[in-house]
Amino acid sequence: MERWSPRRGKDSLARVCTIFGYVLFVFAILLVDCRPAAAIPAFARKYGMPCSACHLAWPMLSPFGQQFKDNGYQMGNERDAPIFQQAAYWPVTFRMTPYWHRESTDKAQVDGPSGPGSAEAQSTVHGFDWSGLDFHVAGTVANNYSFYILPSSDNTGAFHFESVWARLDNVFGSSWVNIKLGKFELDNLLSEKRILTLSSNGGFYQNYHFQPLVAPGISESLYTFGIGDNQVGLEWMGHSKNDRTRVSAALLSSTDGQPGLPTSSSYDGFFAASQAFEWGSFGLQRVGAFAYLGQASTYFAQNLTTTTPVGTDLNGVPVTSTATAGLPGTGTGLQSFRRYGLVGQFYIKKFDITPMYFHGSDSAFLGTNTASNTPLPAGGRSPSWNGALFESHYTLSPQLIFINRYELIRMSQQAFSTNPGNLGNIDSLVFGVRYYPFINARAGFAYHAEYAIVRQRGASPVTATDLTNSSLLFGFDFDF
Amino acid sequence: MRNINISKICLSLAAALLLVGIASAQDSHIKEPNVTGHAEAGKPLYYRYCWGCHGARGDGNGENAPYVVPAPRNFVQATFKCRSTPTGTLPQDQDLYNTLVRGFNFTNMPSWAALTAQNRADLVAFIKTFSPRWKTEKPGDPIPIPAEPKLTVDSIKHGGELFQKLECWKCHGQEGRGDGPSASTLTDSNDQPIRPFNFTTSNRSKCGRTNQDLYRIFMTGVDGTPMPSFADVVKPEDAWDLVHYLRTLQYNNPSPELALWLSTKEGHDIVEAKKVYNTNTGSGVKP
Repeated sequence: MERWSPRRGKDSLARVCTIFGYVLFVFAILLVDCRPAAAIPAFARKYGMPCSACHLAWPMLSPFGQQFKDNGYQMGNERDAPIFQQAAYWPVTFRMTPYWHRESTDKAQVDGPSGPGSAEAQSTVHGFDWSGLDFHVAGTVANNYSFYILPSSDNTGAFHFESVWARLDNVFGSSWVNIKLGKFELDNLLSEKRILTLSSNGGFYQNYHFQPLVAPGISESLYTFGIGDNQVGLEWMGHSKNDRTRVSAALLSSTDGQPGLPTSSSYDGFFAASQAFEWGSFGLQRVGAFAYLGQASTYFAQNLTTTTPVGTDLNGVPVTSTATAGLPGTGTGLQSFRRYGLVGQFYIKKFDITPMYFHGSDSAFLGTNTASNTPLPAGGRSPSWNGALFESHYTLSPQLIFINRYELIRMSQQAFSTNPGNLGNIDSLVFGVRYYPFINARAGFAYHAEYAIVRQRGASPVTATDLTNSSLLFGFDFDF
Repeated sequence: MRNINISKICLSLAAALLLVGIASAQDSHIKEPNVTGHAEAGKPLYYRYCWGCHGARGDGNGENAPYVVPAPRNFVQATFKCRSTPTGTLPQDQDLYNTLVRGFNFTNMPSWAALTAQNRADLVAFIKTFSPRWKTEKPGDPIPIPAEPKLTVDSIKHGGELFQKLECWKCHGQEGRGDGPSASTLTDSNDQPIRPFNFTTSNRSKCGRTNQDLYRIFMTGVDGTPMPSFADVVKPEDAWDLVHYLRTLQYNNPSPELALWLSTKEGHDIVEAKKVYNTNTGSGVKP
């Protein structure tokens, strides 16, 4: 009979801690920035189909799901209108993800000998957390009238509207005429709203949000834009009956999806087209192209100074503060920015890969943060860059999918000729796996594990050297 | 030694032939488009798309089946509504394939046109594995569909007479609204209530929307439902006349038959008298 000893007890404790660590590792990876994604069991409940019918692995759409979406969330068998549903049916889904995650950066800005924020240090933080909450409210209000409203919160519960649109489907009885009005996802073939990765470094596409650094240590830009962001405007979309051919054009407010008129009253345009073809037993293959032609204001034509009482001084005299800001909607000095891309989706049985080529450019004024009513700084010029993305999945079954993505961005021309040639270049690598323990027509649940690492050249906050961030996330992703 | 080798070779050949035979029994052969489906490849597709309604065993008892009206098809029975083959026979693979492309209007079964032709053919092959009938019976031969005769007012009128004579109105109603005196008593082969087709709401029946589709339904019947085959009691030219008449009942959907019928005073008055005016419910189905 073995006797207990302090030494043996210490070893056991270490073993338990090690096992717990492994368990934690196995049951974790995920979400700081859970981007709203559309996986909507409300549709499954309405039509009685398992989520695997519309999703290769939710929230990523299958070709059947894409056709359902393009048809205005309708199956087209004359049972789509709510009048055919039980009166109690309510087209609402919520999605949330509790998780554990670890965020690491090799160069966080910290206090140093030269003063506050003058040094850099490696930083790693980890702990349990949760995502924001998405309420998907979507469907049809009548045959060929569809809608989508998505109140979405951050993890403090502060809500905003991620999507708000209504759509006229199959106008004149034609699948080539569909009109959407509101705030909506751009018709990207590779949808960031249905992305399979969730972490703060892997939960978005670098190419969709990249804006070049102005100069070493200067990342601020006069404008904010992401082709992955939902935008506000009017979209025409058309598709063939079997969805093999898809085209769309959208007229958008130049607000990057923000409500109101915070900057200017100008408009952008987004255009997309794709064609699918069958390749024997391998599956459906698709190629497409897209272009975003946008403009952003560089200064305000009108300013407004406001005076705000902030209290009284010791003598009881009122104290006020004044602030001068651009008058919303009077942004002017419009300068252009452009994004182009080629994309494909190729299936080889259970394996699929999405390659994408991306090209972007900004006007010299936007690239150098210069109001267009002032001269360009010396050496200032139009920055441009090229990007590529390779996202692959291996769908072992509807219940298990492995995910891999590599993105790279390479500057072809810097905003200033004095910038290092590789300033702002990005390499991003993501691995993930999702396991769905059940598939039904009521709700969804996924065990999610993910690791993402991103390196950007010259982007560290103090020394303007290379910056590397990484995320590790394990979570339970569910919707109902 | 030599005999043993020959025996082994013969046995191997026989085994190979047997395997080929089994494999071909689990295939589907689609002529349009020209593609061969394989049950093995169709299995994962079935368990991705179909099992929720049709059930893991293909018996129509999927976990969602209790909420689906009409009930999902029972593949074990191998009784199929839309066929090109005579009543009581198994359908051609092409019939099942066409059903996947078309879907079933007014039911939960959607069109699967978004899938590839190969996917659909594979699904057809797998669906056939659920019933032993596919191993013991051959599909029926497609019924011949003669060329459609010229459309005339007389053919429409004759079709109307047949509609009365064959007592179609008992189920489909005098105006084709699916509200005949027998309509409320009808059940399908699973003893589930079933409604006759309402011709006024759509020109798209469960088994297709062309004149040839209507002719085929009439002559093959809709197995598993009270709709019988009239192949033995109606001549082909009479069946075409009936098709022409049925088109005039679909007065919300323009067709050459309806246009010709409306060009006559008699037809115009009849159609106008049938029309119903009410507020649009947004259902997409016109009254």
